[in-house]
Amino acid sequence: MGSVTATVPPPITRNIGWMFRTFAAITGSGFRRYSTYRQATLAGAFTNTVFGFLRCHVLLAVATGAGGVAAGYTPDQLATFVWVGQGLLAVVLLWGWNDLAERIRTGDVASDLLRPVHPVLNYLAADLGRAGYALLTRFVPPVVAGLLFFDVAIPSRWSTPPIFAISVVLAVVICFGCRYLVNATAYWLHDVRGPMMIWTFGSGVLAGLYFPLHFLPDWVTVPLWLATPFPSILQTPLDVVVERDDWPVQVGLVAVQAVWAGLILLACRAVQGAAERRLVVQGG
Amino acid sequence: MADRLGVLPAYWALLRGQARSQVSYRTSFLVDLVGNVGATVFDVATVLVLFRLTRTLGGFPRAEAMVMVGLSAAAFATADLAVGNIERLRQYVRTGLLDAVLVRPLGALPQLLLMDLPLRKASRALFGVAVLVAAVLTAGIDWTPARVGLVVLAPVCGVVFFASIFVTTAALSFWWIDSGEVGSAFTYGGRDFTTYPVTVYSGWFRAVFAYVLGFGFVAYYPALALLGRADPLGLPVWAGWAAPAVALPAVLVAALAWRVGVRHYRSTGS
Repeated sequence: MGSVTATVPPPITRNIGWMFRTFAAITGSGFRRYSTYRQATLAGAFTNTVFGFLRCHVLLAVATGAGGVAAGYTPDQLATFVWVGQGLLAVVLLWGWNDLAERIRTGDVASDLLRPVHPVLNYLAADLGRAGYALLTRFVPPVVAGLLFFDVAIPSRWSTPPIFAISVVLAVVICFGCRYLVNATAYWLHDVRGPMMIWTFGSGVLAGLYFPLHFLPDWVTVPLWLATPFPSILQTPLDVVVERDDWPVQVGLVAVQAVWAGLILLACRAVQGAAERRLVVQGG
Repeated sequence: MADRLGVLPAYWALLRGQARSQVSYRTSFLVDLVGNVGATVFDVATVLVLFRLTRTLGGFPRAEAMVMVGLSAAAFATADLAVGNIERLRQYVRTGLLDAVLVRPLGALPQLLLMDLPLRKASRALFGVAVLVAAVLTAGIDWTPARVGLVVLAPVCGVVFFASIFVTTAALSFWWIDSGEVGSAFTYGGRDFTTYPVTVYSGWFRAVFAYVLGFGFVAYYPALALLGRADPLGLPVWAGWAAPAVALPAVLVAALAWRVGVRHYRSTGS
């Protein structure tokens, strides 16, 4: 028997316009899907806001104890760091995505493989739609709460908002890729609880959600930043928005993100390819 | 009463069945045991990282703050082991599994708790207790018989308190299936709140969490009493002993919320 892959050959029409329309349509459907979970959205925004209060008070107390400035962050910057972080948490969707793993476990993933769009691209498009909806509904409430109840640092340079916007988009792509890889272990393991647990516990700390990574010694922070994708998921956009560094450094950090986004998507493609070859062997 | 005791073997059978099924996948279980420590380890490590930058947090040096961390971690992790899985009640209501539980001649709450008691979280509870033991031994506490009593009483009351919060917030899903993460704001949020000295927080936020909801009496005030420190916020020393007085009403609220909730439940079908 010759080898048979589970996917259909890619469509012959290499029409960029067609591909773009398909991608946009899937993104739109992702946006609409999540816009139906209204009560869950409200509940999530409430919880993010409560945790914003908890984390903000603790970090401000650290700054007070450290004599006003903690690891280079002023109290205002720490407040912005916490509240924008609580908003971004749902935009990048650090936790709670196991759609792909469930579809692999139940076998539904077979229908994804029949679509004329690569699975990674398909899920990425839907995830960008989800992120867009989260930006409107989950990002705004914690940030507004921060503005109302704390003194926050507001970006002062015109260049910061556009760099931040690019940084957030890249963060969504990187986080999506990581989640995709964690979910894809289901092709081999069937039960993804182990990898999922490691991801859940590790990502929060290593991405800078619990405390800014600059609180750690440099010999930990720098390798973490360059050798792992985690800081690119939250720490980088947050450092950009609090204007910790001048714009050339901001651009450099975003460039690191861009490299990671590319690497992660390539890894997703490679893993998906390997998994599909295996899936044929297994499914018969 | 005799009737009540008569059902104990049934619960015991449920628990044994659960334990057997979970331990039978030995490698999986071991991985879960080890992995689950991670969550609490990160919580404690976070506090240590913060103390790299400052000598005091909310006016407390590290050794004293660790007593609060230990009390909070031991109480929360144990409550999470015992009743934490009740937060899955949402799924039970949505899928209708709760109906099957309600028609059996046993209490609904104990059944749900025993049906998926997460034994893998035992490692987390042990680690929490270990942190507490290490913290109280290194904090330079002037031991008296009363304080020895308190160091046992406080975590026990903390477990009861957190367990009540778990049940109360889970009962919310009898009315609001999509309550989603709201419960986490008070369960995991309560853990985060109790980890740090109450002096770290301020204004109405502190008033609500520490005094209205009662989280201040889980770790902060017992720690003050153990350390023999006066409360910077002005409450008298006996506040450290108020843990039972806070845990008891919490249990009553949880029991009430659960009973009213189960009565209110109208299945998902028909």
